[in-house]
Amino acid sequence: MNTDPDKRRQLARQFIEALPHCRALDMTLVNVGFGEATMSMPYADKLIGDPATGVIHGGAVSALMDTCGGTAVMSHPSGPATTATLDLRIDYMRGATPGQTITATATCYHLTRSVAFVRAVATDEDTENPVATATGAFTVQGISKGTKT
Amino acid sequence: MKRHPPEPVQVIKERRDKALRALVHGIPYVQFLKISFERHGDELTSVLAFHDDLIGNPALPALHGGVTAAFLETAALIELGWQTLWEEVESGRLDADKLSPDTMPRMPKTIDFTVDYLRSGLPRDAYARARVNRSGRRYASVHVEAWQDNRARPFAQGTGHFLMPSPA
Repeated sequence: MNTDPDKRRQLARQFIEALPHCRALDMTLVNVGFGEATMSMPYADKLIGDPATGVIHGGAVSALMDTCGGTAVMSHPSGPATTATLDLRIDYMRGATPGQTITATATCYHLTRSVAFVRAVATDEDTENPVATATGAFTVQGISKGTKT
Repeated sequence: MKRHPPEPVQVIKERRDKALRALVHGIPYVQFLKISFERHGDELTSVLAFHDDLIGNPALPALHGGVTAAFLETAALIELGWQTLWEEVESGRLDADKLSPDTMPRMPKTIDFTVDYLRSGLPRDAYARARVNRSGRRYASVHVEAWQDNRARPFAQGTGHFLMPSPA
């Protein structure tokens, strides 16, 4: 696998930013490590879930966390070939402040030959107080039998 | 005992459709995803109209998992809001003609939502129906199922907990 951090980031960014729904939501990859990814999504009027307050819809935050979780899985040193979400639970702590960019960081903290376990946290500009957290299980394919995880 | 003649069917339909419009109208994210709602009596079916912006994996192609999550959560939340509104309008406590953002009952807030991805979402329309399993004074629990071609083969299901609005 490629170990040059700049190259990895560039490849992951190209991949994610080509996904139609991620483009529609203007998601960008901020950073990718080994089994860890950070992505952001700028505030936009079309994301509003509550017109009275301008707070964005929880579904948009879910979409960001799901993408970020999948990216964390794909960036795992074991080098999975593909991944898909099996289960994702989101806990909503508070409404995101209108006008602020949402940033999500996901960690793939355990990986077996068939399943990846992920947790993620999303914040707005007040990074001390999470907007939402998530835990998920993802399918993985293409992990070789001998891989230590 | 004095009996009232039943209301004309158009009057009933108009009142209920007005109430539903007032509930779902003007949520930008729902419009962006192209979710609409079909009503049969008090039963709601959420409809997600397919368009290319919903694709997550262009190779398959498949709906983005985040779209599925947002669709299920919206269907659950609207069902919960609709049950409250239905009671208010059908009992006559609220007048469907006078519903405005100021007079509408406030919407519940999502506490948590779990999505179970059963199979990949195909690039076509999807439907969802939600069932309120418990609705208390403060908390509600809602289950929702989404399908595409075949109602008996859901592609995703979800369960969420919601915080009910405190009485004004």
